[in-house]
Amino acid sequence: MVNSTVSRAKIKIEVKDLSIAYGGHKALGPVNLDIRESEIFGVIGPANSGKTSFLNAINRMDMMRTNMNVTGNIRIDDIDTRNWRNVYALRRKIGVVFPLPVGLPLSVYDNVALAPRLAGTAGTQAQLDELVERCLRRAALWDEVKDRLGHLGSLLSGGQQQRLTIARALSQSPEILMLDEFSIAVDPVTTMRIEDVLKELKSEMTIILVTNLVQQANRLADRTAFFLNGECVEIGETEQLFNGQAKDQRTNDYIGGKFG
Amino acid sequence: MFEAAPINLQNEQVQNRFRLMFGGMMVILIIPVVIILATLVIKGWPAISWTFLFTDPTNGMTAGGIFPALFGTIWLVVVSLLASVPLGVAAAVYLSEYAPDNMLTRMINLATINLAGVPSIVHALFGVGAFVIFFRFGTSILAASLTLAIMTLPVIIVSSWESMQAVPRAFREACWNMGATRWQTIRTVVLPNAIPGILTGVILQVSRAAGETAPIMFTGAAMFLPFLPNSVFDQTMALALHLFVVATQVPDIPESLPFGVALVLVGIVLIMNTLAIWFRMRLRGKKKW
Ligand SMILES: Nc1ncnc2c1ncn2[C@@H]1O[C@H](COP(=O)(O)OP(=O)(O)OP(=O)(O)O)[C@@H](O)[C@H]1O
Ligand SMILES: [Mg+2]
Repeated sequence: MVNSTVSRAKIKIEVKDLSIAYGGHKALGPVNLDIRESEIFGVIGPANSGKTSFLNAINRMDMMRTNMNVTGNIRIDDIDTRNWRNVYALRRKIGVVFPLPVGLPLSVYDNVALAPRLAGTAGTQAQLDELVERCLRRAALWDEVKDRLGHLGSLLSGGQQQRLTIARALSQSPEILMLDEFSIAVDPVTTMRIEDVLKELKSEMTIILVTNLVQQANRLADRTAFFLNGECVEIGETEQLFNGQAKDQRTNDYIGGKFG
Repeated sequence: MFEAAPINLQNEQVQNRFRLMFGGMMVILIIPVVIILATLVIKGWPAISWTFLFTDPTNGMTAGGIFPALFGTIWLVVVSLLASVPLGVAAAVYLSEYAPDNMLTRMINLATINLAGVPSIVHALFGVGAFVIFFRFGTSILAASLTLAIMTLPVIIVSSWESMQAVPRAFREACWNMGATRWQTIRTVVLPNAIPGILTGVILQVSRAAGETAPIMFTGAAMFLPFLPNSVFDQTMALALHLFVVATQVPDIPESLPFGVALVLVGIVLIMNTLAIWFRMRLRGKKKW
């Protein structure tokens, strides 16, 4: 198993001295961390700790926000995200799932087919059909929507829309999947189904899981970072953090439910 | 446990009083509309016939039909739309989707909204200066239509901008996150969902363009021109101006004639508005989110 240890150690995302500010008001930083290939990297922390900002910095959404100022470096596959010639290609490598489900006002089918169509990789109709079905299956949604692929995606139930969002993220064949508090608007049963999906996906992609459910990080994440009020307090093996072996007392308190 | 407390009864009374008050106001508003429409129909209907709609005016405009004016109004509206819709929607797309959210953009927005309140006679004089004289279009359909376009642009921009802003930001973020460019995002999620609102604004402006007299009076509409225009560089008659002329400038005219012209004009506007509402309901019929 030498091979697997080697690939496990391979660094997918390298974050160096990352700081994020909104119009002079600091939201996060400095953060230094590595995210390895094919791991689930958990990020926990209470509201206002900068978790969402962190994700937005990774896929360079600061470009779309005039007041968001990012300093430091983020390297994906050893290339600084600022040096990617084509940010659109960078974003296509990264699937994103939001806290609140966003079913676009297109049909279920078109929701999933949108990314490949925009990227010009849709191929033939048959190939696209197959891709859509595969993504919906992997998001554990296929059985519920296979008879109404033409219906508006934005009118599915919240939990279905969230899985639709995941299917859409998968349709880009991403190398990185970022989930931002995906279970906020989803019932516990659906949450569990999605968690199972994530465990499967882990072998194929690097997953960044931002969550405010501490136990979700415990269930899924290989390693976890704890953010608090814009500070990256601690990064460690999830097991260690949850065994009470965190180095920082604040991490222990947060995981132990003493605040936040 | 469930019986009404005095405060509930009092609230109920207050609520009823307000309902009455707002209802009364609405009735007061509706009365003039009903009177105007009724007068128009009663006095104007006898004048309406196929010959009235489709023949030229005769006997110094005291008899005959209104076809050149009807035809001219349609010309003016269509040409002005050809200019104002692409320009207005493009400007709104820029303001809503591309422009950075800064002082300059906010000032442009404010200026646009204010421009919508400029009296039409000011647009008319601008039209004379710009299109008739400076661009040498002369008094022509082109000059008059462009003047109408300038007049209607601000409202088209503002209503298009508002309907684009009403598309949730989360939709745009979702698109950007999957690697869509701004333009791809506009094309796939912003414009398709903003179109009902854009259309409403456009069609309301169609009615306004059809009804205004001042902007076309000096730029391309003629009082009497018993033949149809051949190109956009000809002058034309128009319903609104024709109404003004037959109502005030021509003596010994049968009373039903001006009312008939007014009825046709109001009819066109009503049909347009109904179409707009119907179209919007069809597009919005299925609620999308
Ligand atoms: N677009 C923005 N403009 C201005 N300030 C912002 C913006 N987005 C986030 N912030 C600020 O950055 C700080 C961190 O916000 P962020 O959304 O990253 O927190 P979070 O950890 O994701 O919180 P939550 O758990 O509530 O989602 C907050 O103070 C917030 O007000
Ligand atoms: Mg957040």
